[in-house]
Amino acid sequence: MSVLDSKVPKGPIKDKWTSYKDKINLVNPANKRNIDIIVVGTGLAGGSAAATLAELGYNVKAFAYQDSPRRAHSIAAQGGINAAKNYMGDGDSVYRLFYDTVKGGDYRSREANVYRLAEVSANIIDQCVAQGVPFARDYGGLLDNRSFGGVLVSRTFYAKGQTGQQLLLGAYSAMNRQIARGKIQMYNRHEMLDVVIVDEKARGIIARNLITGEIERHSAHAVVVGSGGYGNVYFLSTNAMGSNATAAWKIHKKGAFFANPCYTQIHPTCIPRSGDYQSKLTLMSESLRNDGRIWVPKNLEDVKAIREGRKKPTDLSEDERDYYLERRYPAFGNLVPRDVASRAAKERCDAGYGVNATGEAVYLDFASAIERYGKEQAKIQGIDNPSKAKITELGEKIVEAKYGNLFQMYEKIVDDNPYKTPMMIYPAVHYTMGGVWVDYNLMTTVPGLYCIGEANFSDHGANRLGASALMQGLADGYFVLPYTIGDYLSEDIRTGAIPTDSKEFDEAEKSVKDRIDFFMNNKGSKSVDYFHKRLGKIMWDKAGMSRNEKGLKEAMSEIKALREEFWKDVKVPGSANEMNPELEKAGRVADFLELGELFAKDALMREESCGGHFREESAEESGPQKGEAKRDDKNFAFVAAWEYKGEPGDAVLHKEELEFKDIELKQRSYK
Amino acid sequence: MSGKGMNLTLKIWRQKDAQSKGKMQTYKVNDISEHMSFLEMMDVLNEQLIAEGDEPVAFDHDCREGICGMCSLYINGEAHGPDRGVTTCQLHMRMFNDGDTIYIEPFRAAAFPVIKDLVVDRSAFERIQQAGGYISVNTSGNTQDANAIPISKHAADEAMDAATCIGCGACVATCKNSSAMLFVGAKVSQYALLPQGQIEAADRVKNMVAQMDLEGFGNCTNTGACEIECPKGISLDNIARMNRELIKASVK
Ligand SMILES: Cc1cc2nc3c(=O)[nH]c(=O)nc-3n(C[C@H](O)[C@H](O)[C@H](O)COP(=O)(O)OP(=O)(O)OC[C@H]3O[C@@H](n4cnc5c(N)ncnc54)[C@H](O)[C@@H]3O)c2cc1C
Ligand code: SF4
Ligand code: FES
Repeated sequence: MSVLDSKVPKGPIKDKWTSYKDKINLVNPANKRNIDIIVVGTGLAGGSAAATLAELGYNVKAFAYQDSPRRAHSIAAQGGINAAKNYMGDGDSVYRLFYDTVKGGDYRSREANVYRLAEVSANIIDQCVAQGVPFARDYGGLLDNRSFGGVLVSRTFYAKGQTGQQLLLGAYSAMNRQIARGKIQMYNRHEMLDVVIVDEKARGIIARNLITGEIERHSAHAVVVGSGGYGNVYFLSTNAMGSNATAAWKIHKKGAFFANPCYTQIHPTCIPRSGDYQSKLTLMSESLRNDGRIWVPKNLEDVKAIREGRKKPTDLSEDERDYYLERRYPAFGNLVPRDVASRAAKERCDAGYGVNATGEAVYLDFASAIERYGKEQAKIQGIDNPSKAKITELGEKIVEAKYGNLFQMYEKIVDDNPYKTPMMIYPAVHYTMGGVWVDYNLMTTVPGLYCIGEANFSDHGANRLGASALMQGLADGYFVLPYTIGDYLSEDIRTGAIPTDSKEFDEAEKSVKDRIDFFMNNKGSKSVDYFHKRLGKIMWDKAGMSRNEKGLKEAMSEIKALREEFWKDVKVPGSANEMNPELEKAGRVADFLELGELFAKDALMREESCGGHFREESAEESGPQKGEAKRDDKNFAFVAAWEYKGEPGDAVLHKEELEFKDIELKQRSYK
Repeated sequence: MSGKGMNLTLKIWRQKDAQSKGKMQTYKVNDISEHMSFLEMMDVLNEQLIAEGDEPVAFDHDCREGICGMCSLYINGEAHGPDRGVTTCQLHMRMFNDGDTIYIEPFRAAAFPVIKDLVVDRSAFERIQQAGGYISVNTSGNTQDANAIPISKHAADEAMDAATCIGCGACVATCKNSSAMLFVGAKVSQYALLPQGQIEAADRVKNMVAQMDLEGFGNCTNTGACEIECPKGISLDNIARMNRELIKASVK
């Protein structure tokens, strides 16, 4: 038997969570006051967990590297959050949300976790409305929904293009209420640099005060890590500049298994790169694919003319354009899931059809939508024989009402008016489905150490559907962890406060300090960014949208070599006892340089294509699905959980076999 | 691209830490592309400083897409620089010309002490939020159905407009009195416009305003500068609404 025990409760899937909750051990209110919990991260996952645990009566210490919990990267989520409310009456249900999520994840997630997620989703919306989250409403005053890629119902709740912001401000307000009561101690501008394990249990962390540089010890009865995703291993991504893997990687090195690191989501609609100085990429919400049509020119001649500025996209007639998603996937068209849309864009650009100077851009065109809405409005307003100009004017108004803030954002960055000329977009790294392995209780392989939100691997399999990360973060923090952690802590009521003067704290602190001293004293010649950019290039070229054995082997050895070079030649200015952003970056990049290698190793091991992981050796060779990803359920229907053994390349694989009892395994077809 | 970019002179506020005195220092950057964002230009400067063995300039930033509220530069005498409706991270170099001299300072206010270089301490905003910027409802999940109380689209949209404040502090930095009324007004308004926020409305506005005064923010004299510099278009109506709420609360 595997060392991995997913601890999924017995019984029918519909009853698992309810009967689990009925049976778990509880901690009485008086005892909760004697129990401390550390929460690393204040995004939707960490923020909601910290607030709820404090409401329950535990003493919470929360950590964020930004200057306020409200600035966690969840703030940047645009499109929306899913919930099985069926307010639209279009046939949605808990089962359907569960089914769509498992299918969308290409049958690589754990059924019981996903079912629970779907089950609590409706509660999230109730909770957020009670907190004052201003979701969009219709004229009758009820909540509005929109639809997202890969599904056939409208179940996405949204607050303009700023859904993540509003949900996070909701969790932040709940945190503030507890900070005011003294139940949460908030440590802003603090970075966790290691976890402390005492008698095989997680009992605290070592953190650096980012203002003074002081290294601090914090103890607790349990540690929760909600530190977000590791997309920045690619250097360029839609993540925030500071988003990092350090907390997750540090717990991995102390015994928490890391699962499916190669599952990465490359989002199809981002603003293309404009030059070598590029520091990050900006997402254009998936909601745009409701109305935008994606195309490239049919003829290479036109591509050339466009690149050289001799032609404009609007000069091309309809039959000179290749709407390749509509052509290849007539059933879902522009609304195919993200992995499919991204690969299709890459396929066209690799074939030479990219429409900008770098050859890495396709068009997202709103002209049809503007015309359609314009005609509809003319009819509604009783305008007979409207002129073309009038139709455009009316149509642009509707498009503005729907996507105004996104169009403005695009225009500010690119200096081009997307109402008049199609947007240029290209796929970019956006989300990481892989992460720290957790059981049904969200506990890692280290007792008392939990992992929630994007940092864990749990619910999205090999591909995440739009609007489901926000759902997962809040489900974990508000509704799942508060139960499961209580069951564990019920055995800790007599333990008393955990001392920080033990040898375990001494050792953890020493290793943190040694590493900082190393950076400060290294007489290197290259900046941290120099190494980070090179790592990003290896990752993108060899472990990006499409992967093969040769490239992945090269990636592993190149990353290892780069890591050695980094340790020899990195240059970190300033000193350790002050605010030092370069030192912060150095620590994060050091960890990415290890994670990157494990990532490539995992991708190499998985000789199948599934979701965001596309192995060139595993594609359909003939028939209607020719060229599409080919999954191998016989050999790869498992979670790959890696155990750290000193060097990332030496990690040992543990398999959690995935059983599908409530959903039939099928090829994912969007044709 | 070489030769086509801009050559710029930068005058930047350098300050070692909260205790030290700061001063403006001059730097040159060359061959800056007009497509760069302002912060990418700062990255270029910092890489140059590291290569030359100098200390890079510390500044706050994270999302680089105008939503987290971290970035906070005072550029050529304007919070978030010369463009309108954008944060510092969304400002692009096409707003500048070859040969320009650009002045870069931190957001200044008595309530926002400098931590280092261009980084300031905005924790006063945190304490104002903690004084009442929430609705007291536990996250038990046992609340009523989200559609149980219909809310007019108009009220929901107006609450949303107020709620889009990113807490950057540009309103404070730009105000000659360093007033935080736009920031506080936005939060008070969001809840005042929604039925969920009514029960605690009086205490909320009193407590938040009291904390604001305690933190040392100045009074509002209706100059309207905050509304102009606010990257999120938070309207002065929110200040008026807060004042009405305050009057309502004090006659209770
Ligand atoms: C541009 C963009 C748009 C998106 N849009 C959507 C959408 O429309 N719908 C959807 O469902 N999902 C969306 N997503 C995905 C979703 O936003 C994220 O997956 C989710 O918000 C992650 O939440 P989290 O709480 O796990 O992590 P985060 O919000 O990233 O929070 C991480 C927290 O950990 C802290 N932290 C990290 N490392 C350390 C450390 N070492 N020490 C101390 N603290 C640390 C940070 O300070 C922060 O508080 C989007 C993502 C992006 C990037
Ligand atoms: S009101 Fe505007 S300027 Fe002031 S903090 Fe909010 S977003 Fe920034
Ligand atoms: S860096 Fe987030 S708003 Fe500018």
